[in-house]
Amino acid sequence: MLKGKAWKFPDNISTDHIAPGRLFHLRSNLPEFAKHVLEDADPEFASKVQQGDFVVAGSNFGLGSSREHAPQIIKLSGVSAVIAKSFARIFYRNAINIGLLLLECDTDGIDAQDELEVDVREGIIKNLTKGTEITFKPLPEVMIKLQQDGGLIEHIKKYGDFQLT
Amino acid sequence: MGQTLAEKIISAHTDLPVKAGDLCIARVDVTAVQDGTGPLTISEFKKLGIAKPKNPSRMILFIDHATPSPRKELSNSHMVMREFAKETGAVLSEGGMGVCHQRLVEKFVNPGEILCGADSHTCTSGALGAFATGMGSTDVAVASALGKTWLKVPQSYKICVNGALRKGVFAKDLMLYLIGKIGADGATYKALEFCGSTISAMSMSDRFTLANMAVEAGAKAGLFSTDEKTYDFLKENRREHVFRYIEPDEDAEYERVIEINAEDVQPMVACPHTVDNVKPISELGMVKVNQVFIGSCTNGRIEDLRIAVKLLKKQKVHPNVRLIVAPASKAVMMQALKEGIIEIMTYVGAQIIPPGCGPCVGVHAGILGDGEVCLSTQNRNFKGRMGNPEGEIYLASPAVAAYSAVCGYIADPTEVL
Repeated sequence: MLKGKAWKFPDNISTDHIAPGRLFHLRSNLPEFAKHVLEDADPEFASKVQQGDFVVAGSNFGLGSSREHAPQIIKLSGVSAVIAKSFARIFYRNAINIGLLLLECDTDGIDAQDELEVDVREGIIKNLTKGTEITFKPLPEVMIKLQQDGGLIEHIKKYGDFQLT
Repeated sequence: MGQTLAEKIISAHTDLPVKAGDLCIARVDVTAVQDGTGPLTISEFKKLGIAKPKNPSRMILFIDHATPSPRKELSNSHMVMREFAKETGAVLSEGGMGVCHQRLVEKFVNPGEILCGADSHTCTSGALGAFATGMGSTDVAVASALGKTWLKVPQSYKICVNGALRKGVFAKDLMLYLIGKIGADGATYKALEFCGSTISAMSMSDRFTLANMAVEAGAKAGLFSTDEKTYDFLKENRREHVFRYIEPDEDAEYERVIEINAEDVQPMVACPHTVDNVKPISELGMVKVNQVFIGSCTNGRIEDLRIAVKLLKKQKVHPNVRLIVAPASKAVMMQALKEGIIEIMTYVGAQIIPPGCGPCVGVHAGILGDGEVCLSTQNRNFKGRMGNPEGEIYLASPAVAAYSAVCGYIADPTEVL
């Protein structure tokens, strides 16, 4: 069971919002980069986010660049899951590969600072502030498998090859 | 049932034929990384405990995003890439050789192949009839080590474009028009497959522009059949021996068919801060610009520079504008020098910077000031893209860019072309 506060973002949050190009030089220093995570979407987020909180967004979260540093620094900032209406393709793959949990559902019923409780196994998000429940789309099989193995690198180390199909 | 281009190319890389929606393990012919994603690819690669890439001569490491290096941290990242290439036999494309996507089509990727690149615009090579897709560093590390990757075979959208593009209208305008129509997530997970008389008549340079921006509609790939234009392009690059015909079957199944009449397309711009926020220039109103950038993997080819110089010749860059030009590769730079393009551009007031990504990624060589407006031929106008979230970026064709640099505001060059 995951529990934390919601940080709300709009549609089309790009990897430039999450991991700005002007901080390109911090890609080799992810803990430092994480201090700037999502800075161009909400300058206060990085300094105020608490361990276990959730990033909650609209559609097409993570569009743009293939930079894996984007999900990496969201994870490093302590966020337990990103909840969005939809995700851009490369971001989705990257997040699963590195073990950042992504949940897809209608997020209109979640406001900034709402207290959420996520039951990953049951596929339910409880909005404790509003007393409502939202079901999220089950993760695809391949993603569950990769997640269980601890990401793609661990999966390959374990089997010496892909064991997904 | 016949196969789409995506199904056909991926099936040639799997043990059993696949169809859209299938999950498969596919052989990968080429992998690519750049200096923004390469160091992380290398550190993930090393975690696997595998000494060398499966096929070292087909893993290419490009130094293009931040070169010449503006910071010591990035210089150190470049060192990591050089060291890895030396240790493993992987190929290094040094700073100054050009943007990875331009270099990949000039030298490294063949029709019918699968390319996984740690850069979202890897889809550019789709114009050569290759299944080329952007992934993250970890995926590319594994694809490089094992020579394979897992893929979900995408459903395809057939994009039929027929008729002649009007004077002053280019591939960039067509692509902005399409993205405006379907949206920045209109083709998420899908392959765009381009066809029709407009596409057949189009140069490879224009096809690369379309394929390059497939990802701006969320697509996994932007694919083209191969034809005599593909052959001629390969021949110009002295590698016609890799040519082969690739085309979809006539009875292939498409999830969606989008018909575009080329004559409906006008000179377009994408307004801040999303690529699908498009307008015809005729509806834009007065937008003054501080900086114009002509270059990038989208529009930094010799054909783009030729159009730009045509509009800059006998003119002057407007005193309130900085015009920055970056040829997409060394080959483009050499050709532009030979044709006198660089001389004219320099004379009229452009700043020519070395082949590479230039200011498009916001690392160096043209970072915007607070409140400044840039018109660029690149593919993205996200907030902060050019190094300052307080800057505004408009996207357009090289013709619009060059003419706007002269006028000082975003202007349609049709009348003067």
